Amino acid sequence: MKIPTSGRWPRFALRRAARLLVSLWVLVTAAFLMIHLVPGDPVRAALGPTAPADLVLARKQELGLLEPLWRQYVTFLRHLLNGELGVSISSRLPVGETIAQRLPATAQLAVAAFLLAVAVAVPVGVVMAMLTRRGRGRRTELAFTGTNVVVGAIPDFLLGVGLVYLLAVQTHLFPVAGRDGLDSYVLPVLALAIGPAAVLSRIVRVEMLAVLETDYVRTARAKRLTSLRVHLVHALPNAVTASLTLGGLLLSSLVAGTVLVENVFAWPGLGSSIVSSIVAKDYPMVQGTVLVYGAGVLLVNTLVDVVLALLDPRSAIGES
Amino acid sequence: MRAARVLLRPVGFAGFGLLTLVLLAAAFGPVLWGGRAAAVDTGNLLAGPSAEHWIGTDNLGRDLFARVLVAARLSIVLAVAATAISLVLGILLGAAPMLLGRRLGRLVTSAVNVLVAFPGLLLVLFFAVVFGVGARGAALAVGVAGAPAFARLCHTLMAAVSERDYIAVARIAGVSRIRVLLRHVLPNVAEPLIVNATMAAGGVLLTFAGLSFLGLGVQSPSYDWGKLMQDGLNGIYVHPLAALAPGIAVVLAGLAFNLTGEAFAAVFGLGDLPGGARSLEEPREPVAATPAVPGTVLSVEGLRVTIPGPAGPIRAVRGVTFALSDGEAVGVVGESGSGKSLTALAVAGLIEPPVRVEADHLLVAGEDLMAAGAHRRLGTSLAIVFQDPMTSFNPAHRVGPQLAEVSRFHQRMGRKAALARAVDRLRAVRIREPERRARQYPFEFSGGMRQRAMIGMGLMGDPRLIIADEPTTALDVTVQRQVLELLAEVRRDTGAALLLISHDVSVVTDVCDRVLVMYAGRVVEELPAKDLRTLARHPYTRALVAAVPDMDTDLSRPLAVIPGLPADPVHVPAGCAFAPRCPLADDHCRAVAPALVAGVACHKSTEVPV
Ligand code: SF4
Repeated sequence: MKIPTSGRWPRFALRRAARLLVSLWVLVTAAFLMIHLVPGDPVRAALGPTAPADLVLARKQELGLLEPLWRQYVTFLRHLLNGELGVSISSRLPVGETIAQRLPATAQLAVAAFLLAVAVAVPVGVVMAMLTRRGRGRRTELAFTGTNVVVGAIPDFLLGVGLVYLLAVQTHLFPVAGRDGLDSYVLPVLALAIGPAAVLSRIVRVEMLAVLETDYVRTARAKRLTSLRVHLVHALPNAVTASLTLGGLLLSSLVAGTVLVENVFAWPGLGSSIVSSIVAKDYPMVQGTVLVYGAGVLLVNTLVDVVLALLDPRSAIGES
Repeated sequence: MRAARVLLRPVGFAGFGLLTLVLLAAAFGPVLWGGRAAAVDTGNLLAGPSAEHWIGTDNLGRDLFARVLVAARLSIVLAVAATAISLVLGILLGAAPMLLGRRLGRLVTSAVNVLVAFPGLLLVLFFAVVFGVGARGAALAVGVAGAPAFARLCHTLMAAVSERDYIAVARIAGVSRIRVLLRHVLPNVAEPLIVNATMAAGGVLLTFAGLSFLGLGVQSPSYDWGKLMQDGLNGIYVHPLAALAPGIAVVLAGLAFNLTGEAFAAVFGLGDLPGGARSLEEPREPVAATPAVPGTVLSVEGLRVTIPGPAGPIRAVRGVTFALSDGEAVGVVGESGSGKSLTALAVAGLIEPPVRVEADHLLVAGEDLMAAGAHRRLGTSLAIVFQDPMTSFNPAHRVGPQLAEVSRFHQRMGRKAALARAVDRLRAVRIREPERRARQYPFEFSGGMRQRAMIGMGLMGDPRLIIADEPTTALDVTVQRQVLELLAEVRRDTGAALLLISHDVSVVTDVCDRVLVMYAGRVVEELPAKDLRTLARHPYTRALVAAVPDMDTDLSRPLAVIPGLPADPVHVPAGCAFAPRCPLADDHCRAVAPALVAGVACHKSTEVPV
């Protein structure tokens, strides 16, 4: 889509960028403060009660915890700008390296699951709206919303366990765990996508129903276009625009959902490493991972807003 | 009682039933099955389901069914505790603008807005680091992580409540902020808060299960459902039920909270659940087939529009017959609810099921609406102008292409040619800089411009008939004039006939040749527009005209109004529908409906002094 002329786009870009920067700053500061919020002595807790006192002291020195807080903050920011995320307490490897190694596996999961969810939810929602419009197809409607509520209520990791049982243990169709070949993607992606697909298709249906009652769809019908054209060209873009706002929330929760699903499938991504680092109290590692996840979510949200503004130019000026 | 109504809905019934079961298990599970759940049976390690152990045993030979039931208490208690933490923190944060004053409050609100953007699980993990691994740490983490969402909800709810007068009064009377919050604000937002908390508890239950499943929540030897799942997952090859059974318990318990909350929300009118009473009527197309009369652009006979309703069908249009010859301008006037707009929509073929349109004969723009393909041909021969120009354009498309679509679709024009015609038509309806305007979105147009563009859209084809449904009602007075002049001009240029629907008698007399007066779904009088003010014979028409000031009206006297209410379309009286409001009504009027004879439907038309 070509970008319309006039001055609202720079203003929109500026405002959205400012929001992103503020959110990023909150994220970075929270990640920095995390270790300081831990009650007691975090390094002692990480190394265990039997660790010698001078080792604890050395580690503290290394983490810079003996400096005044403001100087720690400045150092932290400076390192962050250089892309340095510190060194893991347990593995002694640079955190950035570990994350770079594991991030692709997680990103692949999230993106694949999102695309699948949208690819399923939009057609299903549209068809359901057409079938159940104005009190038609009551039974279809009941079946659809019923399944939808139940499926939407099952968390992704439970779906994962169920899928493993049905499609890996019972039928040996797909591998139980690990990341090895295309086969191994099927179950984790399904586990992640099914819930969002259910919720999204419900939203698409409701939005579509609302859009089909609008004056401009009546105008489109007054133009005597084919029903297909009325639905796809005139109604759908507006329904999708409205669904997208909520879809964006789904996408960012999907990013977080990878944590659980990765643990079900022993997926070598960030999700399994953040959990083990939390258990091991490997603070630099947790900090780095939280930053990456948080930044990912913020970028997704920004992206959704930009797409939204392109699809529906009113949203670029509408919000205050 | 409202609570009783919750139980009457299937969703509420299922939710409540499940919730009762779950709570009973939480209350009595450890008492009843605690011993069984802890009994180690070394002869029966990791056993499958049997009569003795319904879903088998774990790696120490302990009965899994008992363990799932016992785990209910810890799972529910932790979920409720975490929800309570979220709720309390959320209320405090949400009330910040009220408690801390505007500046600090705004700071808190924007902080909350930043936090809400992060998914819950991420916040949970963050706080899990701070509060440490274990049941207590996890409860705190889940509770704190849930606070922003509640804070936003509270903020919205409280903002609405604090606008109310009695709160302002209390504040002016010097009641302390905390007291205002506790005594006046909280009780008013309690209902939606509790409903939301119930639903949130379902979500928290699932999150908690997730945390324990990851090994960040409940630690051995304690166990909740998540912990049981974690233990079971490793053995999923040998003993799948060990992982699945606690999972099913989690989903059921989560659903119990969710459904109960949703059922309450529906009864309290907080949100809408799908469902509710709607009538099911098979759609039926208009029935008719009479050859076209030359020179007639619109001919309607016995048009009926029926809307299915909970109290029986509403007969909104009850047998309307009229015709328009080429180039004629006919107005339809009447109060709202007289069926005039539905008549227009029915004629335009824009009424959808379950609303039903029937007619003995329906000929529009020279097309018999019953014939195949007629509908499509109307795309170029019939132009329609709707009431609200603000909502009649598709907000997602630019104006030019929306006009061009008509030519592209019906006249098979190329993109360029169609757009050029659109620009030309925009110029024809006097939109300045049409090239630039065509590239803009509808929201960049003013109301009057949109209405002119809508007329321009009708001119993309070669209209024989223009149907305009209250085209000026939504516009400013000065703009109204321009749009009416444009319509007149378009008619001069194209020779199209006009069917103008309006509640405004003066608009109709200005623009039209002939007027139909509608009341309660029927035409009650039909007369030349110039005679409307002076020669009307039907008492309703005369009342309608009298209610409009004109140059002869003595403005020092109060305006006449039509006494009484418009007829209720569900219970149309047997005789003349206007009888309850008519000064001349007698028993004959109330018993027998007058037919439209010689342009008027009134038993006493001859008696009315002209
Ligand atoms: S028929 Fe009777 S009640 Fe009806 S308008 Fe005429 S006089 Fe009035």
